[in-house]
Amino acid sequence: MADRAAFTDLAMEHMPALYTAALRMTRNPADAEDLVQETFLKAYRAFDRFEEGTNLKAWLYKILTNTFINSYRASKRRPEKADVEDVEDLYLYHRLDGLQTAGTGRSAEEELFDHLTDDDVKQAIESLPESFRIAVLLADVEGFSYKEIADITEVPIGTVMSRIHRGRRALQKALAGTSVAEGLVGTAEPGH
Amino acid sequence: MGSKDSEFDCNETLHRLYTYLDGELTEERREEIKRHLDDCPPCFEAFDFEAELRSVIAHRCKDHVPDSLRKRVENALMEEVKKND
Repeated sequence: MADRAAFTDLAMEHMPALYTAALRMTRNPADAEDLVQETFLKAYRAFDRFEEGTNLKAWLYKILTNTFINSYRASKRRPEKADVEDVEDLYLYHRLDGLQTAGTGRSAEEELFDHLTDDDVKQAIESLPESFRIAVLLADVEGFSYKEIADITEVPIGTVMSRIHRGRRALQKALAGTSVAEGLVGTAEPGH
Repeated sequence: MGSKDSEFDCNETLHRLYTYLDGELTEERREEIKRHLDDCPPCFEAFDFEAELRSVIAHRCKDHVPDSLRKRVENALMEEVKKND
């Protein structure tokens, strides 16, 4: 059993990661702040049920994700499109592979990584439908394992894997649509 | 090794690339794929791109917590503590 008095010290260090996740989930700073506050309050109230020695970060994410799904999503006016267009594996790589930037001779891949902005990445993630967005966020931004994501989102591990893989392909499609990626494909020359 | 075999290995490797990057394969599969990546420059390039992209996504997706939110949460928790005293 965990001691409530220790909660603030232990939980506050996870706030940056939780706030980032809340922003990607709600896509709105005011809702993200409310969601984080609600998560911390719920976690505090339930902290005597947290098993010491288990993964506190995963436990906090589970509360955050549940609260988002139950309260914040429900307040949205229209249900979100639940599926993603299926694109091939390595979509972005296949579009850039073998291209060199005109003039500099650098590979299109290097140029992309140098010029992709924080906003490009955030917007691409936020463009994914909710269940794919959450799965990709937990896997690629937070580094949770398939098993941990299954536990956090309360869906079978096979569903988690499918959402992560399809979500990533859709994310690559979205990143290929950023102006920097389109510019590279449009102006680069075959390099080899 | 015949070209058919190596083609199979490339398909298999690329198919399992994300699971490999996720560290979710059995030790045996991991070793097979690692060996193939060591021997196959085109597959290694694809792997390298995906690994770098993953790291770029994780790093470009961080947000700074507003001081006001930190204070708000600390105050809300203090209120809870008082309620329970």
